[in-house]
Amino acid sequence: MMDMREAPTDAATPPDGDTWELRLYVAGHTTKSVTALANLKRYCEQYLAGRYTLDVIDLLQHPQLAEGDQILAIPTLVRKVPEPIRKIIGDLSNEEKVLVGLDIRTRGDH
Amino acid sequence: MPEYKLAPTALPQLPKALTGIDGLDEITEGGLPLGRPTLVCGSAGCGKTLLGIEFLVRGIIDYNEPGVLMTFEETADELAANVTSLGFDLKAMQADKKLRVDHVHIDRSEIEETGEYDLEGLFIRLGYAIDSIGAKRVMLDTIEALFSGFPNEAVLRSEIRRLFRWLKDKGVTTIITAERGEGTLTRQGLEEYVSDCVILLDNRVIDQITTRRLRIVKYRGTTHGTNEYPYLITEEGFSVLPITSLKLEHTVSNEIISSGVPGLDEMFTRRGWYKGSSILITGTAGTAKTTLAASFALEACRRGERCLYFAFEESPAQLIRNMRTVGLDLQPFVDQGALIIEASRPTLNGLERHLVTVHKLIKEHEPQTVVIDPISNLVSVGSLSEVRSMLTRLIDFLKVSNITALFTALVSARDGRMEMTEEGVSSLVDTWISVRDLEGIGERNRGLSILKARGMAHSNQVREFLVTDNGIQLLDVVIGPMGIITGASRLTQRMQEQAQLVAQQHELSRRDRELERKRRVLEATIENLRTEFESVEEELRQVNNEEHARHEALSSKRHTMGHSLTTNTPATPDPQHSA
Repeated sequence: MMDMREAPTDAATPPDGDTWELRLYVAGHTTKSVTALANLKRYCEQYLAGRYTLDVIDLLQHPQLAEGDQILAIPTLVRKVPEPIRKIIGDLSNEEKVLVGLDIRTRGDH
Repeated sequence: MPEYKLAPTALPQLPKALTGIDGLDEITEGGLPLGRPTLVCGSAGCGKTLLGIEFLVRGIIDYNEPGVLMTFEETADELAANVTSLGFDLKAMQADKKLRVDHVHIDRSEIEETGEYDLEGLFIRLGYAIDSIGAKRVMLDTIEALFSGFPNEAVLRSEIRRLFRWLKDKGVTTIITAERGEGTLTRQGLEEYVSDCVILLDNRVIDQITTRRLRIVKYRGTTHGTNEYPYLITEEGFSVLPITSLKLEHTVSNEIISSGVPGLDEMFTRRGWYKGSSILITGTAGTAKTTLAASFALEACRRGERCLYFAFEESPAQLIRNMRTVGLDLQPFVDQGALIIEASRPTLNGLERHLVTVHKLIKEHEPQTVVIDPISNLVSVGSLSEVRSMLTRLIDFLKVSNITALFTALVSARDGRMEMTEEGVSSLVDTWISVRDLEGIGERNRGLSILKARGMAHSNQVREFLVTDNGIQLLDVVIGPMGIITGASRLTQRMQEQAQLVAQQHELSRRDRELERKRRVLEATIENLRTEFESVEEELRQVNNEEHARHEALSSKRHTMGHSLTTNTPATPDPQHSA
């Protein structure tokens, strides 16, 4: 597991106290996976700095974890918190959709 | 179900995996393509899921091949509950690590598409499930659910192609189910091209009776049955019924068994029927077909065989009561379990269901004799061609199982087809007996004749028979001036014969008396003569005696005179002559 857990550090605490618990499922180092991870990191740092945790799970190494979150598509980003669970599939290159999917945009931060 | 061997060929056969499903292995000639994907498509309610699950379950139970069930629609619990009624315990199999059920839940509202993706996650899940229990069989039910979950059809189509390829590489025998589309086999028109074998299930209603049919649309690299085969979903699972067995190669017996009616046996040169043959009794209403059938069943039971009697007109109790009145007591054999009477209305089930019931009961009871009374009633639940095909299959099955079978059939006398059976089964049976009304002046009599008997010569006579208190009795043939005589004419003939006999006896006794009289007259005459003779004899004896006496006297005198002359002695008085 490429456990790249990044604890909230330097950023200010979120105004409403929400934290984002994110999990990114990938399968090896494919182009799509790498792109997705890079995109995600960028968005998180930009919009959720200090308010998120991120697990990156490589299903090639941990195939048994695919069933739990009902993963079919790769890559899939799962937003566990805040509820409800949302799944964002693809390499996350469409920033607008990712932000909407993560409920960042609707909060009117930017 | 008999196994049909593949004809040996020089080239290696496509390896196949036996499904273990009743009949399916026969029409696929050995099962589904081993290690390849098979598509099962059909509309709602066809039993696609059931076919797939049974494939997995039979694999686990019969062939010890673990299986993976990936379901996109129902949850594992729902599936387990659905097949409990069939006696499949999915939970126990899962606990034994023989089966793995993976429910794939797709909710489009949860999914946001943000760029390029593929379905590697599905492959990984499936791969993990297969590897974790060493599965040889896989079922995906139904793959189209993916299309509702993911918006990008192009990706899906290429991924499904990849999935089929991947399954082949994985070497698992797979069943993939798909909904039937408009004018195409599947909604997406994709899966049928990438599958090695496509089975189409169809559910149609004709005259308010549902028939399910299965057809193998394609099967790469092998021959297969191409017809539509009826199939059923029974309490024991999926059951496909091949219309006809592919070859006529059943073994035959040379043993002869009695029909249960001694007079009828006499009409055949070998005094009975071949064991394992099929016998048809046709006749109009009220010609004692059932009584003949019951006699046969009873005789079979007496021989120690087990007999299965399908009654489509009467309840067992009624049949037993009615047969008792003609001296056929079936009850003891029913109590012993030698005679099993299975009564149901033909309309209770469709034809296929009847056929399966017959198959099932035969497998359960393993009888040596089967009676179906009557087959003609089945026409009420199916068209003629369907009944014919059903009976063909039934007769085939019975012959292959070496079971002696007797069928009765009602024929209509009005339409002039006395010697035709509507179902056209007469060509299938070995022995055909016709019973009919012989209608004379003011009366009906029953006549019996043999129309055909394969493999033995038989009487050509129409024999009158009676249903007596002791069963069926064939009467002797009486030939009158106009041919064979029956009924009242027979009685008349007999009375005439009796009158003649009486007259003859009268004549005979009259002659006897005459003789007696003559004898007495002669005896009297003889007596007279004897009396006459006696009197004559008496007279003669009298004369004789006198003659004798005189002779004596004479000689005595002569002696006396001679003595006195020679001796000259004084004469003494001679007492003899002085008197």
